[in-house]
Formats: sequence, C-alpha cells, structure tokens
Amino acid sequence: MIHARLKKRFPAGPDSAEFLLDAEIRTQDAVSVLFGPSGAGKTLTLNSIAGFVRPDEGRVMVDDDILFDGATNVHLPPRARRCGYVFQNYALFPHMTLRQNLEFASQFRPTLERRRKVNEMLDLFRLADLAGRKPHELSGGQKQRCSIARALLAEPRVLLLDEPAQGLDAILRAELHDVLRNVRSSFSTPILMVTHDLEECFAVGDRMFIFHEGKVVQQGTPPEIFDKPASLTVARLLGIYNLLQADVLTLDPGRNTCSLRLGDCELAGPYLPGKFKGDRVWLCVRPEELRASPRDGKPGFNQVPAQLRGATPRPGGMRLEFDRELLADVPRSEYEQNRHNKEWIVEFPSTGLRVL
Amino acid sequence: MAIDWFPLWLSLRVAALSTAFAIVFGLWVAYLLAFRAFRGKEVVDAMVALPLVLPPTVLGYYLLVVLGRTSPFGKFYEWITGSPLVFTWQAAVVAALFHSFPLLVKSTRAALESVDTSYARAARSLGASEWRIFTRVTVPLARRSILAAAAIAFARSLGDFGVTIMIAGNIPGRTQTLAVAIYDAVESGNGALARVMVLVISAIALLILWVANRLAPRHLFG
Repeated sequence: MIHARLKKRFPAGPDSAEFLLDAEIRTQDAVSVLFGPSGAGKTLTLNSIAGFVRPDEGRVMVDDDILFDGATNVHLPPRARRCGYVFQNYALFPHMTLRQNLEFASQFRPTLERRRKVNEMLDLFRLADLAGRKPHELSGGQKQRCSIARALLAEPRVLLLDEPAQGLDAILRAELHDVLRNVRSSFSTPILMVTHDLEECFAVGDRMFIFHEGKVVQQGTPPEIFDKPASLTVARLLGIYNLLQADVLTLDPGRNTCSLRLGDCELAGPYLPGKFKGDRVWLCVRPEELRASPRDGKPGFNQVPAQLRGATPRPGGMRLEFDRELLADVPRSEYEQNRHNKEWIVEFPSTGLRVL
Repeated sequence: MAIDWFPLWLSLRVAALSTAFAIVFGLWVAYLLAFRAFRGKEVVDAMVALPLVLPPTVLGYYLLVVLGRTSPFGKFYEWITGSPLVFTWQAAVVAALFHSFPLLVKSTRAALESVDTSYARAARSLGASEWRIFTRVTVPLARRSILAAAAIAFARSLGDFGVTIMIAGNIPGRTQTLAVAIYDAVESGNGALARVMVLVISAIALLILWVANRLAPRHLFG
C-alpha cells in the first residue's frame, strides 16, 4: 500500500506565481497513474515519495514503513527508502555498460548471486545481447527497459516512473505498456507513474489520480473517471468531451426524467438529483456517444440540427465538427457518402446524459 | 656549456607532488563546496581562492609564520620527521600547493556541478552511499574536466617563484627550482643559461596547456 499526504508551498518568484501542493494519494493497486497537465504537481509528488524533495507537512508511507512524517520530523534519505525511480531521461550511467549499470544496482548481493540476478534481468527484459553496450549505443526503448530493470534489481518497495512514455513513438509506447504489464505480472512491486497520456492510463492503469494545480481533483479506475468526471475541471483536463451549456427545463423524479434546453432545442434525460428548474448546467458528452446523420426532415426526439464546419480523419472513422462547438464521430463510409451535405442532425443518447 | 638539469627535475618533482596533494584534498573540498550545504561555505570558497589574488610575498610571509621552526606546526613537523620544513624542497611543494590547489578546486567544483543531477539521484534511489556515488558515478563522469584541471594545476605549480623563494629559499642543488634558477642565472649575467631554461619551461607549459585543452570540454577553458 502506498499512502502519501503531502503539502509543500513554493512562494511566488519573480516570474512564477505561488504554488501549493496539497495532495493525498492512497492506493493498493498494482499500477496507479498520476494524470494531469504539466505543472500540476505530479512529478513533485513522485519526488517527495522518492525523497528527493522534502515536503513541508504530511506523511509518506509504503506498506507499514514511514518514509516521511512532518509531525515527528522523519525524513529518510532517498537511499534508505527503497523506492525505484525511472527518470524521464532514464539516467543510465553513461560511462558504464548496460551490465555494469545493472550490477551497480545489485551491489549489496554476493558476487555469484549478483551475476545470476543480473543475467536473469537481462533475459527478462530482452537485453542479454546488448549487455556489453554503453547507453549511448542503445535505442530509446532499450534504454528504458534497462532503466526499469536496474530499478527493479535494487528490490524496491515501489517503482516510480516519471512520464515514461514521453518522447516515444506509438510502437515504443505499446512496447513500454507490454513491459509494464510484464513487470506487473512477474514482480509484486506496485507501480506509480506520472503521465499526461490518457490512452496510457487506460492501457496500464488500475487506478488514476487526476492532478490539477497541486490538488488531486478526482481518483478512481480509469473507466469510472471516463464515465463520470467529477467536475467541469476534470472533464476539461481529460479533453475528450463536448462541453455544452444547457438550462434545466423540467425535472420529474417520479418518472425519473428531465428535460434540458440546448440553444433552441430540447433534450430529454434521466432525473438530475441536486439540480433545480432553471439551473444552468454543463452537458458533458463524448463525441463517440453522439450519432450524426444528414438532415432529413424535422429533428426528432433528442435530435439537434447542426451545420457541418469541418471533418478530421481519426483512427476509427471521421470526427465531424459542427457549429455550437459540437464534435461527433461517424464511420468513414457514412461521411464519404454525405460529405457535401451541410445540414446534419446530431442525436444525443437519452440514457447516458452526463450533467455537471 | 654544461647545464645543470637539477632545477628542472626538482621543479617536475615538486609540481607532481603538489598536484597529487591538490587532487586528493581538492576533490574533497570541491565535493563539499559543490554538494554540501554548511555554514560559512562562502567563506571557505573565498579562502580557497585567496592565494590566486594575494601577492606571493604576503603568502610566503604567512607560510613562514605558520611553518617556521618556532611555530607549533613547524615544531610538530620537526618532531615527526626530524628536520625542519622551511628551506627544504618539501617547502617548495607546500609553496606550489598554494597555486595548484585553488585552480583545482575551482575547476573541479564546476566540473562536479555540471554533472547531471539525475545520475546521482538515480544512484541514491538504488541505495548507493554518497561515497559510492562520488567515486563510481560523479567523479568518473567529470573525469576529463578534473584531469584537465589537474594539468593546469601542474603547469601552474611548475612555475611558482615568489612563495618558493620565500619559504624554500634559493639553495642550488637542494631547493633551487627552475623558476628560481632562471632568476639566479639572469642576476649573475648568465644569459645563455637563462635562455635555455626559459625555452624549456615555456615548451613544457605549452605542451601541458595543449593536453588540458584536448581533455577539457569546451566550456571550461574555451
């Protein structure tokens, strides 16, 4: 279990505003992801756990060991924390071969066992053929595997990764995710990683913490968060939603329905607890949840007329941009058939309307 | 013309010893200045650099006072080794040290500080002690700059005159280094001898500077 409660204040500088980190992370999952924009405090959190940064207040616990406690003035040095750290630049020692890098991490073992362990790791991370090379002779993916292997050789209590996918192309990224899944199944070391890549959260994350301006604004499993962003801030940070302003027209708890006005159209959805008639709310809907089709007569139930502004190809189809800042995904074939059509109808799902 | 090459050998021996001492102590001081926070750090930094700006006579005077036969340190040295320190070739090593040490500390500190901190952090997260990080990671990574700094320090201690003549004196065959011998030759009107020695020491200095420039990353002595 990793439990970190951290507070650290950075006073305003000549060209920076004051920054306050006030975050709490508690996780038992195998892979936890810290997600958020740059400058939100993710790496600072990681560095506080590793001991490179001393928080002003709070406490860091891994399993039953206290690594930092502001109240009793406990601050273990990084080397006593046994927190494996994989740096963004991998930080492989450039003057040592790959094997020497791994041996450096397992110095505490007797010679024979060290050799065996290092060889085991080289095999496990498919680095055996490269053991004699120096880091500058390796590709990015190989350096990364070596860096993860080196961190694991020191038998850490927790493995911390700082934006491991930064600067890797799609293939290497997929490879990294494979490596992480292998680490997850072969080692019992929990992983805590920083990322600002949403797909990564889904690919490897069991639990996700969303950081914004030094605070954790939401946590949960990735599907939970995608399904129910807790606030407008979270929805904006995830950046995958249409965010539309709407007014609550009617609310009927008995029939579990409500109706909303979006511009000059009316939408129906499930009852909204905690909202009142006349409230202005944010409608939050993903482009792939909308169905778009060429306009054919009057708009029907939960349908909104919209004018096509543009289209961008996506891996799965086309993303259409409409007026009202509305985005909707359609299959490519459907778009090709109707590409000269300007007038479209966008249909909202009646069950899954998310309102913030 | 029969040239006595003793001053050259003495100078090389003195420079080599003083550089060796400077590396051992200089690395340690540079490490403290680069990575440790302590009270009076700036004072230490200034003290280390002081010999670079003080007149040699002032330095020599201080050393005479501190190392002289009547001083506690002088007595201690005499008690240990059985002979006084001042006006021996060992005193010339001390004199040279005061020129090589500041150069070495300044450059080595810069070299150590220029090593990317993520390497030391990575080593720490792997459980390595500070000593191990210093000897296995930081110093090897700064190796070329440190060697270049040592070469410069060697060249500088080869040519010390003022402090040497004040605390080691000018005893031919015993404490007369090359720089002092040149002064002696000019004073006694032996121009031919002075010319040869001047050319020799210039050539050696040039060679060392060339080596240092080859070793150093551009930004240090560029």
